[in-house]
Amino acid sequence: MFGKLSLDAIPYHEPIIMVTVGLIVLGGLAVVGGLTYFRKWGYLWNEWLTTVDHKKIGVMYILVAFVMLIRGFADAIMMRTQQAIASGGAEGYLPPHHYDQIFTAHGVIMIFFMAMPFMIGLMNIVVPLQIGARDVAFPFLNSVSFWFTAMSVVLINISLAVGEFAQTGWLAYPPLSGIQYSPGVGVDYWIWALQISGIGTLLTGVNFFVTILKMRAPGMSLMKMPVFTWTALCTNVLIIASFPILTVTVALLTLDRYMGMNFFTNELGGNQMMYVNLIWAWGHPEVYILVLPAFGIFAEVTATFCKKRLFGYTSLVYATIAITVLSFIVWLHHFFTMGAGANVNAFFGIATMIIAIPTGVKIFNWLFTMYQGRIEFSVPMLWTLGFLVTFTIGGMTGVMLAIPGADYVLHNSLFLIAHFHNVIIGGVVFGYLAGFSYWFPKVFGFKLNEKLGKAAFWCWCIGFFVAFMPLYALGFMGMTRRVSTYDNPDWHIPLVIAAIGAVIILCGILCQFAQLFVSIKDRKKNLDLTGDPWGGRTLEWSISSPAPFYNFAETPVVHERDAFWDMKEKGTAYKRPAKYQPIHMPRYTGAGVIIALFSLVMGFALVWHIWWMVVVGFLGMVITFIARTFNYDIDYYVPAEEVEQTENQHFKNLEKQA
Amino acid sequence: MSGQQHHDVHTGADHGTLRSYIVGLVLSVILTVIPFALVMAGGLSKGVLLAVIMVLAVVQIVIQVIYFLHMNSKSEGGWNLITLWFTILIVGILVVGSLWIMHHLNHNVMIAG
Repeated sequence: MFGKLSLDAIPYHEPIIMVTVGLIVLGGLAVVGGLTYFRKWGYLWNEWLTTVDHKKIGVMYILVAFVMLIRGFADAIMMRTQQAIASGGAEGYLPPHHYDQIFTAHGVIMIFFMAMPFMIGLMNIVVPLQIGARDVAFPFLNSVSFWFTAMSVVLINISLAVGEFAQTGWLAYPPLSGIQYSPGVGVDYWIWALQISGIGTLLTGVNFFVTILKMRAPGMSLMKMPVFTWTALCTNVLIIASFPILTVTVALLTLDRYMGMNFFTNELGGNQMMYVNLIWAWGHPEVYILVLPAFGIFAEVTATFCKKRLFGYTSLVYATIAITVLSFIVWLHHFFTMGAGANVNAFFGIATMIIAIPTGVKIFNWLFTMYQGRIEFSVPMLWTLGFLVTFTIGGMTGVMLAIPGADYVLHNSLFLIAHFHNVIIGGVVFGYLAGFSYWFPKVFGFKLNEKLGKAAFWCWCIGFFVAFMPLYALGFMGMTRRVSTYDNPDWHIPLVIAAIGAVIILCGILCQFAQLFVSIKDRKKNLDLTGDPWGGRTLEWSISSPAPFYNFAETPVVHERDAFWDMKEKGTAYKRPAKYQPIHMPRYTGAGVIIALFSLVMGFALVWHIWWMVVVGFLGMVITFIARTFNYDIDYYVPAEEVEQTENQHFKNLEKQA
Repeated sequence: MSGQQHHDVHTGADHGTLRSYIVGLVLSVILTVIPFALVMAGGLSKGVLLAVIMVLAVVQIVIQVIYFLHMNSKSEGGWNLITLWFTILIVGILVVGSLWIMHHLNHNVMIAG
């Protein structure tokens, strides 16, 4: 009846897990109780769960990202604590099988459920506003994408309380992840969480690709697009081209595990090296999927806070396109040591060094934009400066690792760990946090607290260096990744320093949350009445903050690259149209969340081999989707009077400011 | 959704004509009959036969993409063709790269005997 599932699946004997689960359950109950007590269920359903508004979907993505940041960081600080105390024969407080789940969960969560939702959330909020569109091309699909991501987050967190998570490392290499060496359900949780969220991501990629190509405001040719939109376009191309590889690779592993097939086993012609090859053919583009939008954010922030046109727009765009293509010919550098030989390693080593060139071009774009600019050291600009320093160091150690000979010494050592955290934290996280504080007023109508934002930046930045510089040294001292105990006393002190660094980063995260709390409390003092709090250059700043749900009362016409800056220069900004027109908008729908709920049912059932429930989940998805296609009432018109009222309020605010 | 599409004048995909469908069908049939006949007739060496079948298969893919999927340089403002080329590039990189890598690994890592 319940497949492999029984009450034994709940890890009663693990006090750490049980306390965590208890707290999560209590928190969940508090949320449910609060919603019931304040009668907010209707509001939650009508305004958020069923929404197809790209801005609200973006907010929910970022909310998921923050929650998962807490989970992923909890894993990180547990690992740092374990390694700081498990020295010289001490076992620490985490048994190996638990430690292995933690480092796997940390990687999976931070990449798939923190960085990806954060990036897609920012893209959701910003891209339609920057190109002068009223929503994305397929608003309902957007809602489906989000809920697939959200439900896979739920699935991966269920693994904490029911069963176990994979103990294989974040990419689950076979044969370790095969049924023979991982007979439990951990890898199955990994498989289905990735498959569900992967489909969501692929749909997002298609959605935004079409949106950017088809829905730009009149006059906005490709070379007049804002840089963030450009990087988003390239990221979506990468998503469309690379995520199918992940889906297929994981599907083949699934066939091995569920149907006894032998794609990646040691027997019957299987080859686990093919798995490593394929998973990195997705994995390397994935790195650029994450970092390209961050580059776009830095470009927007630099131009805005230096009060200058971006230096070398064209070169930056071409550098982005070059990276998009080159990112597909470097994947072997993740497994130089697998033994492909000199020719292959040399080719991929050189390709890897070449990809550093367009990235270097971008660094100079930002530097020369700052040169002779009036730099305003606001929070997003601080993140950008921190990024320039940190990311350059990470890039250089990356070029070191690209030398196959050096990689034979450094592969899977802590040097590698330090390198990729250096580029992911210094590039991706700093970028998204810059974007978060930069676009926050556009979504909520008030600015974030500067002081706490700066404190968060300094804690993150200093904490990063304290936590990860020792790891570079430890890599040279021969320490490998993923060890729960060690007996080399020389490693102890650097690991203690690294743990201190993690605590400093914790302060940064706490400041970030304190900033949110304080800013919401003091929102009346920091209201953004003009809609243009930073002296922005692109179209999203031409409308009120928070942006009205229809975005633009009248579709803007673009003449120059920095469209809004151009309008302000020519005095054509903030002009009322002679007459407002009714606006065509998509209706909210619950189909997205319901389809995704059934996918969660199906995923959970597949993990535990509960076949009747798999059928229920699958049929539920299909039937809900078919029912949705018979619903013809999917759009409506906002009356011109309502638009006029909303816009008049904005113009009144503007006059008050002037 | 929001009426933005109406501003783009020259978008939209080609839908083809009866003539183009018939031409495509006839060409596809010919390209299928040739390898079939060659195999049935026999006489050619296995290597040559495989090569001929592969080449004709690729030609038929091109024919079908043009006549049935209406690929040309103008549909959707040229984007359909660009995406097709990009897809071919990526698939090519992946297939050729994987074969190259796996061949080397097979050669280097295989235990003798």
